[in-house]
Parts: sequence; C-alpha cells; structure tokens
Amino acid sequence: MSGLFKVSSNPHIRSRVATNGLMTAAVIALMPAAGFGIYNFGPRALAVMTVTIASTLLTEYFFGLYKKKLTITDMSAVVTGLLLALNLPVTIPLWMAALGGVFAILVVKMLFGGLGQNFMNPALAARCFLLISFPTAMTAFECDAYTGATPLAALKAGEAVNVLDMVMGRTAGTIGETSVIAILAGACILILLGVIDLRIPGSYIVTFVLFAGIFGGHGFHPAYLAAQLSGGGLMLGAFFMATDYVTRPITIKGQYVYGILLGLLTGIFRIFGPGAEGVSYAIILGNLLVPLIEKYTKPTAFGYERGGKRREK
Amino acid sequence: MNRAGERLYNGLVKENPTFVLMLGMCPTLAVTTSAMNGLGMGLTTMVVLALSNLIISLLRNIIPNRVRIPAFIVIIASFVTAVQLLLEAYIPALNKSLGVYIPLIVVNCIILGRAESYAYSNPVIPSLFDGIGMGLGFTFALTCIGAVRELLGAGELFGFALLPDSFVPIRIFGQAPGAFFVLAALVALQNYIKNVRKKAGKPYEKIGSGCSEDCMNCSEKGCTRRFYGENGTQAESMEQGTAVKKAGPETKDSEREDR
Repeated sequence: MSGLFKVSSNPHIRSRVATNGLMTAAVIALMPAAGFGIYNFGPRALAVMTVTIASTLLTEYFFGLYKKKLTITDMSAVVTGLLLALNLPVTIPLWMAALGGVFAILVVKMLFGGLGQNFMNPALAARCFLLISFPTAMTAFECDAYTGATPLAALKAGEAVNVLDMVMGRTAGTIGETSVIAILAGACILILLGVIDLRIPGSYIVTFVLFAGIFGGHGFHPAYLAAQLSGGGLMLGAFFMATDYVTRPITIKGQYVYGILLGLLTGIFRIFGPGAEGVSYAIILGNLLVPLIEKYTKPTAFGYERGGKRREK
Repeated sequence: MNRAGERLYNGLVKENPTFVLMLGMCPTLAVTTSAMNGLGMGLTTMVVLALSNLIISLLRNIIPNRVRIPAFIVIIASFVTAVQLLLEAYIPALNKSLGVYIPLIVVNCIILGRAESYAYSNPVIPSLFDGIGMGLGFTFALTCIGAVRELLGAGELFGFALLPDSFVPIRIFGQAPGAFFVLAALVALQNYIKNVRKKAGKPYEKIGSGCSEDCMNCSEKGCTRRFYGENGTQAESMEQGTAVKKAGPETKDSEREDR
C-alpha cells in the first residue's frame, strides 16, 4: 500500500535484469565463435583472447581504483575484451592486443564517463585504432592454418571463393569472424534470451544484400551474395556489435534507420572503397550518428501532437 | 617593464593560447606531425602576432571602431605575406612542409583575438610583449604536441631516431586522430598540475586584462575595458551584475565613439 504512494522520480517501472546478467549472456553467446576461433587458429587465439580480456579488466580495475568507484563486476570489460580479440588476426603481437584493450576501456569508455556514456563501441574503436596504427600487423591474416588473402579480398579481386568453407569458417580472417554458423548459434542464444531482437541485424543485412545486389556488379547472383554475407565481419558486427545497448538508438524507428544506414555504409565501403572490408568503420560511423537519429525519431508523448506541441482542447 | 614580464608569463602559462584558451586549433592539429613543424609554425605565428599587435596598438586611436576588424585583417595579412615570402626565400624546406597553413595564419584566431582583446585597448610596449608571450606559449604548445606525436608516431625527435629499432611506430599519432589524443592528454596534464598547485595553495592568479570579463573581482588598475558601469562602478549584487554585463559591449562601443 505504502509503495503505491511513494513519491519518486522516474523511471517508475524497473526491470530486474541487471547489467552483469546481460553481459554474461553476451559472453556465453560469444563462446561458439570464440571456441571455433581457437579450434580454427590454434592455441595462439586463446592467448590473444586472454591478453585482451586481462588488459581490459586491469584497465577497468585501475581506473576504478583511481575514481574510487569499482565497476569491474558488471562484466562489460570482459565482453569488450572478448569482442576485441574476436576482431583481431591471430598473428597479432600480444602487446598490440593489450594496447588495444587499454585504449578501448580507458580512452573510449572510461574517459567519457564509463559504461553507458561511451559514444562508440569500445571494442570496435580499439580495432580501428589498431588498424590505423599498425596496418601491416592488423591485416596479416596468413597463419599456420591458412595462407593467402581473406575470402573478401579474393572476392574483390575477382577470384573464385568457396562459399561452403566461408559459412563453416574454414578460411583466413580475424579470430571470431570466420564461422557464420558459430556466430549464428550465439546470436540465437541472445535472441532466445530476449537480449537482442532482429530489428537492427535484420534491417542491416537486408539493406546490405540489396545494395550489394544492385551495385556489386554481379546482380543478385546467389553465390556472390552469400559470399559477401558470410565473408568478413558482417555477421559478427550485425549481431554482436551493432546491437550494443549503449551505442544503438533506443527508439524503435531509429533502430531501423540505424540498421539501414549501417547496411548502406558497409556496402559503400566494401564495393566502392579501396579495401575489401568496411564493417567496423560503418558501425563506428553509425554510432556517431545515433544522437541525431534519436532526435528525429523521438516518439510523440501521450497528449502531444506530432512535433511535440501540446494538444489544444 | 614589469608589465612586459607579466605579459610574457601570462601568454606562456596562465592564458596559454592552446592549452588554456583553446584558440588556433586548426594549425595546432594539422601541422604538428613533427616537433620541427610545430616549432616552425609556432615561431612564424609568433613573429606575425608580435608585429601585428605592435602596429595595431600604435594605430589604436586612429582605426575607427566600426571597421576595426577589416583593419586588423589588413595589417595581419600584410605581415603574413611578408613572412611567407621570407620563408620561401630563406627556409624553403619549412615553407614546403607547412604549406597552406602559412597563408592561413591570417585567419588564426589567436592573432585576431589578441588584437581585439588586448592590442586595441592597451599601450604599445605591453601589446608587443603580449604578442611575444602568446606566440611563445603557442610555440611551446605546438612543439610539445609535435614532439609527442613524432616520438610515438615515428620513433624520432627533431628528425633523430631516438627509440630502438624494435619500437614499432604507432602510426595513428602521425595522423589527425592522434593529434586530438595528444592535445587532450596534454591539456589534461596541465589542468592536473594546476589543480595540484591550487591544492598546495599556489594557484595561478587570474589577470584582469586577459580578459576574464570578471570586472567585479578584477584588480587591474587603469583598465579601459570595464564591462559594466559608466565609470567603472561595480554592480552591487550578482543579479545586477549579470544584467548589466549583457549590455556590456554596447556601453563599451559608445564609449569608444565618444573618444
């Protein structure tokens, strides 16, 4: 009874789901991709993951000590570290991986106010930081298991690719992006748990397929489209990074706009850009436009007319 | 002469144009790929800044108030052209590496800002030293940024390889994003030092004619730029203070025209 009359500021309805629960779900959902990465690229992939997770956790811990506010238990640093590792080639020197982890947490997340205030996906920002800083090490995809270019680069060069291998993940690439099956298995876990929905990944992928079909130069040829879809970081990006709670729009209409925007940007980068891949740049560019998208897709509150004017009686 | 020293200190530390006033960001971010470029850009700007402050201060009673900005620009542009011709003749390498950013000194807001806020209303000698002080502050900041970026982005300092060959250059520091990182880190560092000094009871005092526009707490004597009150009478309460302050620039203009 007394609870009904309690005067407090909004929000009045709170979910019981806490941050560390969501983050743990994300870690579990990333396990198939991570496991396949280790199987595919050998124990060094595990070493890269350990280093990035350790560096993100330690950075978060020391910053928390300095600010006297420990946020390490919310698991977000583990997700960032794991996602970063999945976005790195297996041959990367370990100190670079550690530097990426420090950059992700310290510069992108903590300096802007911690989890919830970061304007950009920390793992992707760190990947782009490393990609610009160490272009050779970050694009050295040749390791013991595979030699030669990534399937996307081969596709761009006009060579034939084996689509079945790409779906299975038996190709060169970053640790976690190669296997579409493993990523989709993880994405199913997230969708079944209700952590993410299909709005952003769906509109992202559909837009990208349409764009690649129209401008890719091969028409809607199924093999070409399947190769574009399963190559590179598109699946990992669409399901695990574009759906990041902090850096996606909160309005439903905005999420569709955001997905379409990402699809267009990825298509432009992949087909018209100089490189074969463009998912990371597309997503962090999309992250920057999120406040603008939210501004224009803000739903009208009850009792107001379109445009935010109070309805006259 | 004491005032000259104070102006130098003001430009270098208290109101450092880059680290405190955040002016002139375009050359700061664009040309500081190496310490040498930063130093060259800083010194070039300092020469233009000192000379234009000097001339504007000399002409401050002749330039009509209404066309003062075009007049400043003409003076500044003349000096920039002269300096660029000199650089082309004597240090062509620097001229080539700074490129378009030398003509762009004309629109550098530090120079226009100092002309407007200091040289136009202050005597000649302090204005000259204000220009030199601000120029030194700018040079110092640009050289610092350039040094950090060159060290991390190429492993060199002033063109000499400083770090061992095993160091892998972090390329991003040689590019535009790196400039932002280094600038932010250095600003944070100097704010940290200032805070430490403040806690230790040795704060850098504000100087009135910088101008902080805080005439109520200003101890500067003989300042011609009272922002409120006809004869420098101070507002009695905060509310009045802000109300009159909004009308400030107009009062100032009418004073100027009387003169």
